[in-house]
Amino acid sequence: MSGSFLLRGVRPLGGEPTDLLLADGVVAGAGPDLDAAGAEVIEAGGLVALPGLVDLHTHLREPGREDAETVRSGSAAAAVGGFTAVHAMANTDPVADTAGVVEQVWHLGRTAGYCDVHPVGAVTVGLAGRELAELGAMADSAARVRVFSDDGRCVSDAVMMRRALEYVKAFDGVVAQHAQEPRLTEDAQMNEGPVSGALGLRGWPAVAEEAIIARDVLLAGHVGSRLHVCHVSTAGSVEIIRWAKGKGIDVTAEVTPHHLLLTDELVRSYDPRLKVNPPLRSADDVEAVRRGLADGTIDCVATDHAPHAVEDKDCEWASAAFGMIGLETALGVVAEAMVGTGLLDWAGVADRMAVRAARIGRLAGQGRPLAAGEPANVVLVDADARAVVDPAALVSRSRNTPYAGTVLPARPVATFLRGRLTARDGAVV
Amino acid sequence: MITHLLSAADLTRDDALLVLDTADELALVADRPVKKLPTLRGRTVVNLFFEDSTRTRISFEAAAKRLSADVINFSAKGSSVSKGETLKDTALTLEAMGADAVVIRHGASGAPHTLAHSGWINGSVINAGDGTHEHPTQALLDAFTMRRHLGSLEGRRVTIVGDVLHSRVARSNVLLLATLGAEVTLVAPPTLLPVGVEQWPCAQSYDLDGALVGADAVMMLRVQLERMNAAFFPSAREYSRRYGLDADRMATLPEHAIVMHPGPMNRGLEITAQVADSPRSVIVEQVTNGVSVRMAVLYLLLGGSASALGQATDAVEDVAS
Amino acid sequence: MTTSTGEPAPQMRAVLEAEDIQRALTRIAHEVLERNRGSDALVLLGIPTRGVPLAHRLAERIGSVEGAHVPCGSLDITMYRDDLRLKPARGLERTELPPEGIDDAVVVLVDDVLYSGRTIRAALDALGDLGRPRAVQLAVLVDRGHRELPIRADYVGKNLPTSQRETVRVLLHELDGRDAVLLSNGERP
Repeated sequence: MSGSFLLRGVRPLGGEPTDLLLADGVVAGAGPDLDAAGAEVIEAGGLVALPGLVDLHTHLREPGREDAETVRSGSAAAAVGGFTAVHAMANTDPVADTAGVVEQVWHLGRTAGYCDVHPVGAVTVGLAGRELAELGAMADSAARVRVFSDDGRCVSDAVMMRRALEYVKAFDGVVAQHAQEPRLTEDAQMNEGPVSGALGLRGWPAVAEEAIIARDVLLAGHVGSRLHVCHVSTAGSVEIIRWAKGKGIDVTAEVTPHHLLLTDELVRSYDPRLKVNPPLRSADDVEAVRRGLADGTIDCVATDHAPHAVEDKDCEWASAAFGMIGLETALGVVAEAMVGTGLLDWAGVADRMAVRAARIGRLAGQGRPLAAGEPANVVLVDADARAVVDPAALVSRSRNTPYAGTVLPARPVATFLRGRLTARDGAVV
Repeated sequence: MITHLLSAADLTRDDALLVLDTADELALVADRPVKKLPTLRGRTVVNLFFEDSTRTRISFEAAAKRLSADVINFSAKGSSVSKGETLKDTALTLEAMGADAVVIRHGASGAPHTLAHSGWINGSVINAGDGTHEHPTQALLDAFTMRRHLGSLEGRRVTIVGDVLHSRVARSNVLLLATLGAEVTLVAPPTLLPVGVEQWPCAQSYDLDGALVGADAVMMLRVQLERMNAAFFPSAREYSRRYGLDADRMATLPEHAIVMHPGPMNRGLEITAQVADSPRSVIVEQVTNGVSVRMAVLYLLLGGSASALGQATDAVEDVAS
Repeated sequence: MTTSTGEPAPQMRAVLEAEDIQRALTRIAHEVLERNRGSDALVLLGIPTRGVPLAHRLAERIGSVEGAHVPCGSLDITMYRDDLRLKPARGLERTELPPEGIDDAVVVLVDDVLYSGRTIRAALDALGDLGRPRAVQLAVLVDRGHRELPIRADYVGKNLPTSQRETVRVLLHELDGRDAVLLSNGERP
């Protein structure tokens, strides 16, 4: 069988070693001592096998900022990072607020073929927050959009958010809110706290995130809709979401890798690679989101991969763009913050980095168990590896990573998209 | 050893006293027929001002020229279009011209840090005011002025009043005065005190009258009327009434207490004309002292083979030659 | 006594004791008066650190002989040194001119040791920026030779030929608790 692989001695979800046979796009066999039968054998002794990772929140910058990233380069970076599916946010230029643009992005993803690219549709036209975008048309398009978000901007108008939450019920869609009360965060540069006070940088208070989430979960409960909260970053946000879930409100939430690891103390260096929205928060917030991810209050890790051209970060803080790339370092950072600290095991990582995200995005073939008959979306991870992050070796077009020169654990070694090898050892295939 | 002066916190107590003592001596140059010393001859000091500030720029220019340095003035207004390109490309140009020191004033907090650590230039970076972050030479000239009138600042009570949230002068002064052992009290309406100010090495109060009792020095900060439009305080009238220094309030100060202001003043808002022009006011003297203090900073950073700041002071006997 | 490196200090021996220094200063005081025909227009400026107490002692002696007040001050030459770039910037010493100033005065510079002459060169440059003396003269306690510039002292307490490996140290009771001029032999014991 050509194009098939026998993964010998892998540890699915970190469990006991076994063999996995990937053929014809599915897991053809799972068990000890499988017969290779013409498949390419990969000696995977000691490697952990996870379902291919699913990212609910990525910026691929195309159309509009192809100097920073394209669908091709971004999805290649995703494959190298162990992802088999990514959701591409709508804040492109033009904005992805019509069937035409989302179909273009979807088509570019298919052509590149490195991972499944699922375009996210904007909630409002031009992200301006004034009128609903044609959500139905985007849902019906070839891109089959199910996740809608004005990410980059907050849907701050309460009526607009209510309408959006209600409207997407018709096609099992979900609104993913970038929670940031705009009036409380005008020209905000970093987390509001002792560090911002000392550095003379305008603060982005936690309450600006929490107040929107509080309003939105209540709205979602009232109208009976699904709600997804993007990049949760504060302890208060975690508490509100925990409360809402306890009330039976259908809310899900994501957290970025950097919010699991980095604090606002680092900003004392004024290094613009640390400038991100929502901002890096306090140590207490980091602790709270870690616990939230561990106990499932936060459903998944989403990278918020945000590529930026060199000149947008090689400047003073106030002039720098917000965001950091993250597809290629996500697994390492999560391993450092969650597995290394004992908060999650590899089964937990599989759940938080693939299973739940696939469910939220309604991706039938992703985040599936590593069992016979399931689509062969698999990533092999060297859990014991420790490697220095080398910006020059990154596959993304952009280099704005705060981890440059630092050591991260857990390297993705091979990624399979429906049984096809898409990436191996840091490069696409 | 520190090659840059980016924050008042960069200076140890010994460093700060060295700057002030050196400034004491250099102040005498102003009274000489030849107001020049040859010490920085052949050095180039660039004034890189992204914000208008005639007063500070002239002060640094006078300081550098009195030390015989060559001065290049670069006035660049950062526009939203050119963004950060302006700082980097400007810095690379200055390096090509061989700047030994760059005195930078910029509207963005942290811009001097970026310049100092970017690798774009090799010279010393002196922060002449960055956004709402710091203005270390202002704090030094304020401390110098206070010392001239009050003697040692150890245990002295200094009250700083005004828009602390947006004030780089306040931040630098709190840090430097704490280093020099003074007791600082910040007075402002709650809206103009930053989150986390309780962790600063000073006290805070919302009550100006209480904070004036026993103060050795009162420093009034400029408050901008635009803050009123952003609802930091309701009206100029209410601000003056609650946080302005007028003659009645000044009369409650001890005999020897001095009144200071970094300038430019809003006469009638945070300080009345009567107070500004009273014998207690050392505001004009602060400006004069700025030159001496900046001469001291330039000399200590550039005058020798390496910076004289940021080292443990060991008394070294200099053998006569 | 050990140096900061923990090695034993070179042996220092006294080449001038307190009485020798007293006598030398008294003699210099009389020489100054003789040469300048009195103390009119005299201003003594000591070069810190030890030139300053020496200048004050000289001013006192001259003043008591003449029964007149002799203005005395200090002249810090740090900013005029030609070797500034060889070490990190040094702290400054006091420059204090007497209220009469130095214009049209006979300025007598006073220093403890005259060696290469560079300090005096710097002092002359400093003086030039401070005013225009009628004349400048130089009084030193010790002249140890090895001039690198065409500078000479008008009044010398003691001529002390030395090798450049040797160290001369002047102690004055105002600063060091005793009066002495010490010479090391540059050898380790």
